[in-house]
Amino acid sequence: MKAVGRACLFGDNIDTDAIIPARYLNTSDPEELAAHCMEDADPNFVSNMSKGDLIIAGSNFGCGSSREHAPIAIKAAGVSCVIAKSFARIFFRNSINIGLPIFECPEAVEEAENGDEFEVDMSEGKIVNLSKGKEYRSQPLSEEIQEIIADGGLVGHVRKRVMAGG
Amino acid sequence: MGMTLTEKILAKHAGRDRVRPGDFIVARVDLVLGNDITAPVAIAEFERIGATRVFDPDKIALVPDHFTPNKDIKSAEQVRIMREFAKKHGITHFFEIGEMGIEHCLLPEKGMVVPGDLVVGADSHTCTYGALGAFSTGVGSTDIAAAMATGELWFRVPETIRFVFRGSLKPWVGGKDLILYTIGKIGVDGARYKAMEFAGEAISSLSVEGRLTMANMAIEAGGKNGIFMPDQKTVEYLLERTDREYELLESDADAEYSEVYEFDASEIEPQVALPHLPENARPVSEVKGIQIDQVVIGSCTNGRIEDLREAAAILRNKKVARGVRCIIIPGTQSVYLQAVREGLVEVFVEAGAVVSTPTCGPCLGGHMGVLAAGERAVSTTNRNFVGRMGHPKSEVYLAGPAVAAASAVAGEIVGPEEVV
Ligand code: SF4
Repeated sequence: MKAVGRACLFGDNIDTDAIIPARYLNTSDPEELAAHCMEDADPNFVSNMSKGDLIIAGSNFGCGSSREHAPIAIKAAGVSCVIAKSFARIFFRNSINIGLPIFECPEAVEEAENGDEFEVDMSEGKIVNLSKGKEYRSQPLSEEIQEIIADGGLVGHVRKRVMAGG
Repeated sequence: MGMTLTEKILAKHAGRDRVRPGDFIVARVDLVLGNDITAPVAIAEFERIGATRVFDPDKIALVPDHFTPNKDIKSAEQVRIMREFAKKHGITHFFEIGEMGIEHCLLPEKGMVVPGDLVVGADSHTCTYGALGAFSTGVGSTDIAAAMATGELWFRVPETIRFVFRGSLKPWVGGKDLILYTIGKIGVDGARYKAMEFAGEAISSLSVEGRLTMANMAIEAGGKNGIFMPDQKTVEYLLERTDREYELLESDADAEYSEVYEFDASEIEPQVALPHLPENARPVSEVKGIQIDQVVIGSCTNGRIEDLREAAAILRNKKVARGVRCIIIPGTQSVYLQAVREGLVEVFVEAGAVVSTPTCGPCLGGHMGVLAAGERAVSTTNRNFVGRMGHPKSEVYLAGPAVAAASAVAGEIVGPEEVV
């Protein structure tokens, strides 16, 4: 699995309210949530981004509540993956569980500029900043985790196994 | 290089010889927990998975405790969903009113967790069971749906921070004071993603109940789990509670830690965490004199018999100060019964306190003691966030049972030795 896209930069401590404000939580429809993705951090995010773009953020991304709506909104907006210096623990779990690829790589974040072209190899955890001609390594996602993401998240993944009688 | 206890338990449940911090693993779980807030969501996800049965009806615990006895129609509906699911799937450990308790008091008391177990729960304070030498952590509702269907879940192996408490404890200092002190030192995200391992003479001298209190608040430092080496006290605690077999694993001497903190326990005073974060811990002597309106003694942090005995030792032959409401909530039915048998309930009622049936109740501002604007409470619970126990303009001061009971008598925050 490879992701290719432009970098959209964010700072430290982007909380779940900035990712998807509580006023939109009266729905759990991914498309509706996607329309407001990152709205309180950057109101123009959705209109400026293209499918496949990456979110590159500072430390403690996704802190705050445990709402699964946050990674759902990011994924449904067409973001291919999130690279951050660090993630809040429950956001991290929820992302994997709903099938949003995420990587921790402080070096890649440090040197990235808005709009840089990135290529990310999900299986190897290889992150290449094509604009800067630099390559970074993040902890690669294990095969099991990659499989969960490929199945569209934990429910899809387990469903496949249950249906196969496993 | 050796492994920490957390790494050993995770490796074993993943069927591996060893794991390293950062590894992603899929591991077998020994117990899956849900409550009246998170289980209904998980049950809906379980249906979406298409699962027709649970992986093991004996290894799922469903505990309605947050708003029970049901405080309104919505909470009654939530518990109905749990009850029907439990019945349909033959869940052994569904605890109805009359046998229930606050989940994290109840499960250890029933002997449902033994050293070396891997426990997940859709409640952030699932980390409590690390006190028994288990790996235990809070997860999301989707997680427990998957775990109920398959008996497995994915994990990232955490790094471990070791906290060593040297020396012996001062009078009236217990697990709550040690953990508030620790969070005060490292901050509310000081252990983000990490295992918190507790050791040292002061920890060995602590009862299992005191260790449960400490492990309970690992999440308040951002920790993934808190863990204690199982010892003779653990074995004794489990003796009359379970006949399950278990191994007494511990961290290797050459295990790798991301950080090691050494504290002199004999220097630590009873602690109070000021609003609105658990990291605002201070020695009680520095904050005494703050006027209060309410005292709550209970919760998954301090709702065990030892906590009630400590409170009773202070409230015996004393009166709760006029203008203060003192609410005491035994963590489980059997804690309640024990408190009746030992005459503790009589002590409390004579002192002018109320004693409630087991419930989370006021801990999350649910019912049974919600605060009005401007009111202050000293509470033995674990979170003092804005609005946690009621109005956003109310204030919660976290402390152990001794400080809480003493403050109830004084009508203001004081240390225990000032009233006994
Ligand atoms: S007592 Fe409080 S912290 Fe513990 S489970 Fe209940 S609501 Fe959560």
